[in-house]
Amino acid sequence: MSSIKSVLLVGVGGQGTILASNVLSKGLVEAGYDVKMSEVHGMAQRGGSVTTQIRFGEKVYSPIIGRGEADILVSFELMEALRLIEFLKPGGKVIVNNQQIPSAPILAGRVDYPEGILEELQLKADTKAIDAVGIAKELGNEKAMNIVLFGALSKVLELDNIDWEDVIRNTVKEKFIDLNINAYRAGRNI
Amino acid sequence: MKKLMTGNEAVAQGAYEAGISYASAYPGTPSTEILENIALFKDNIISEWAPNEKVALETAIGASIAGARSLCAMKMVGVNVAADPLFTYAYMGVNGALILISADDPGMASSQNEQDNRHYAKFAKIAMLEPSDSQECKDMIKSAVEISEKYDTTVLFRMTQRVCHSKSLVQLGEKVEAPIKDYAKNNAKFDAMPVYSRALRYKLEDRLKKLEEFSNETDLNFIEWNNSKIGIVTSGVSYQYAKEVFSNKASYLKLGFTYPLPMKKIKDFASKVDTLYVIEELEPYIEEQLKANGINCIGKEKIPNIGELNTDIVAKSLLEIEKELIETAEEKVVNRPPTLCAGCPHRGFFYELGKFKNVMVAGDIGCYGLGGSEPLKAKDTCICMGGSVGTAHGVQKVFDKFGKEMRTVATMGDSTFFHTGINGLIGTLYNGGKVITCILDNRTTGMTGHQENPGTGFTLEGEVSADIDIETVVRALGCKNVRTINPHRLEEVREALQWALSLEEPSVIITRYPCVLKKYSDADKEEFGVLKDKYFVKKDLCIGCKICIKTGCPAIRFNNIEKKSFIMESQCVGCSVCSQVCPKDAIVRR
Repeated sequence: MSSIKSVLLVGVGGQGTILASNVLSKGLVEAGYDVKMSEVHGMAQRGGSVTTQIRFGEKVYSPIIGRGEADILVSFELMEALRLIEFLKPGGKVIVNNQQIPSAPILAGRVDYPEGILEELQLKADTKAIDAVGIAKELGNEKAMNIVLFGALSKVLELDNIDWEDVIRNTVKEKFIDLNINAYRAGRNI
Repeated sequence: MKKLMTGNEAVAQGAYEAGISYASAYPGTPSTEILENIALFKDNIISEWAPNEKVALETAIGASIAGARSLCAMKMVGVNVAADPLFTYAYMGVNGALILISADDPGMASSQNEQDNRHYAKFAKIAMLEPSDSQECKDMIKSAVEISEKYDTTVLFRMTQRVCHSKSLVQLGEKVEAPIKDYAKNNAKFDAMPVYSRALRYKLEDRLKKLEEFSNETDLNFIEWNNSKIGIVTSGVSYQYAKEVFSNKASYLKLGFTYPLPMKKIKDFASKVDTLYVIEELEPYIEEQLKANGINCIGKEKIPNIGELNTDIVAKSLLEIEKELIETAEEKVVNRPPTLCAGCPHRGFFYELGKFKNVMVAGDIGCYGLGGSEPLKAKDTCICMGGSVGTAHGVQKVFDKFGKEMRTVATMGDSTFFHTGINGLIGTLYNGGKVITCILDNRTTGMTGHQENPGTGFTLEGEVSADIDIETVVRALGCKNVRTINPHRLEEVREALQWALSLEEPSVIITRYPCVLKKYSDADKEEFGVLKDKYFVKKDLCIGCKICIKTGCPAIRFNNIEKKSFIMESQCVGCSVCSQVCPKDAIVRR
C-alpha cells in the first residue's frame, strides 16, 4: 500500500479548500491515477472545522485517511494543522497557512487564540509556514490564497508529469485564470 | 475517460441510465445532492422536492403504480417519517420499479442519531442493495431497477455518508429505453383493504424466498479468493477498509445484495476458511443473521458498533496494530463548533430570545439549531425534524397542570414548518395549548445548501410555483395571534416576544428574511433590498463591554490588548445587529 499517497487538506468552512482539492484531483485523474476524495458537507460547513481527503495511486480502496496515514497535511488555518496533526504519518510534511481564524469560544473571549502553534508544529513535523493571504493580497485578491497553498503542495508532491498550470486554466473561471496562475507560481516558488 | 464523481452524482447518472422517470426527495445530509443532480436530467426524469419524506415516498409509489421507474431519496431519519407507506407498499410489489434510497450517517457528521437503516429492509421484507463506491452507486441503480421489476419488490438502496460524499472514478454507460408500463386498475394489488392485504402477506413471504435464491446466485455477492486462513464477509464502504487493511492476506465475500442475505453462499465460504470476520459499520446486522444460522464469526466483539469505521479502526480492532502517531497538543487546540454565519437572520432573533428568563425553548432541525450554541444559548431541546411545537406543547401542558410557572417557545424554519412542523402547530391549536411558535423563515432550506421549498416560489426544476404564504396558512389554521417581523430589527423581535409572552393563548411569530448565503430571487431583492454597508467600531467610543461579542457574530472580534472590539470588514455583511446592541453607539456604518 506504500504506493498510495494521501493528502489531507484542512481548514475552516468557507475557506476554499474545495477549489484546491478539485485542481489536485483533476490533475491526478488526467495523469491516470486512481483517485478517491472525501469532503465534508452539512452542518460542519457553517464555520466549523472542515477536511478534504485525497488519496491516489495505482489502486485506491479507502476514501478516507486514518490517523497516522497522511503523507502531506495542508492546513489553510494555523490551529487546524495542530488539531489534525495526528493524521500525519510520522515523517510526513506540513504546509500551513499562517492565518489565524478565531473559533467561537475565542470570539466569545472565553479563551485566547493559542500561542506558539507554529513552534509546536515545527517540533512535531517538517513544517513549512506560508503567508498565503499576504501573497494573494499582493497578487490582487486574497481569495487566491487557496491556490498559493496548492502551489506549495504541488512542489512537495513532486509530480512533474502533471502540467498543473494547464489544469488550473481548465478549472477556474476565465477571468480568474491569470490571478490563479500567478498564485500557483508564487506558492510553488516559496 | 472515467469521471470522478461523488456517490450521489453517480446515483443520479445511474438513474438516468436505468430509465428512471420519476424522482422525489426531501433534502437531508448526506442525501441532498442525489435529487439536485437528477434534476439536471429534466428532459428524461420528473424530479421534485416533496414537503417531507412520507410525501416523497408516497408520490414515488404513485409514479411506480402509474408504470414509471421511480426513485425516492432521503437521509436515514427520513425513512422513519416515510415508514408508513413503505411497509404497506412492500406487500404490494410494484408496477414500474421503486427504489428507496436511505443515506445513513455513521458518525453523525450532520445528524441527530446514527440508526442503521439496513434493519428496515429486513423489517419491511424488501430487497436491499449496498454500494461501496461511486461506480457501484451507478451500476447498482440499474441492478435495483431490474430486481424491483423482476421480483416485484421495492428495493432499499442503502448508502452511507462516505459512499454519498466521497468521489471515485466512474465509467459512464448508455441509457436504456424504458417505456412507461401500462396502468390497469388492480385492487387486489394496490388497495390495502384487509381482505387484499391478507393475500398479499403470503405473496410477500414467497417473494422473499425467491429473492434469497437470487441473493445466492447474483454476482452482486462475489468472492475474492486469496487464502483459507482469514475469510471476511463485508458490505458497503467497510469493504474498502477491509481490502486496504488485509489486502491479499484474506479472502473476501463482498456483499452488494444484503437482504435477503445469501446464506448458502456465506455458509459455503465460512466452511472454507479458518477464521471468519464480519466487517460492517454500525450494528451487527450481518453478524447476527450469521450467528442465528449457526455460522461462527468474529464481528462486534472486536469492531466498535459506534461511529464511522476507517482503516485505522479495522486494523486496530482485528490485528491489534497500534500505529506510531504524532501526538496532538490538545491544550493548544481550541474547539471549533459550527456557528451561525455573519449576517445570519437567525442571530438577532436568538440574541433577543436568549435574554428572556423562565422560558423553555424547544428547537428543531436546521441551521437555527445553532441558536443553542455559545454565546446565544437560546435552546433547551431538539428531537427531530418538525418536532419543536409538539415537544413544547407537551412541556407546556405538564408545566401548567402541575404548577410550574414557565412558558415554552418552539423554533423552526420555513422548510421545517412545511415538513411536519405544521402538524405540531395544529396539535397545540386544537388542544388549547399556548406555545409561542416561532417560524424562522429564511426563504430557503438553509443547512442542506439552499433547496427550494413550498414557501420559496420555485420548484426543484427551477419552475415558478405557488409560493405558499406561511402567515396565511397559520391564520387559516385558526391562530388569532400572528406577527411577521424582520429579525434584523432587534426592537421588533423583542416587542413581538414580549407580546407573545403576555398572551395566555397560542401565538405565532414569523421572522422573514433571506439566508445571508442565499442567491436572492427578484422577489427577494424587491422585498428586502440588498445589504451593502459595512460596519466598523469607533475605537474612541468602544468601552470594551463585549456586548457585541455576545451576538456570536464571526465577523466581530475582541482585541484583548486594546480591550476593544473590532469588525473584520471582509466578513461583515451589514446586518447591523451589533450596532443595535452597542450601548455606546460605537458601531457605525462605514
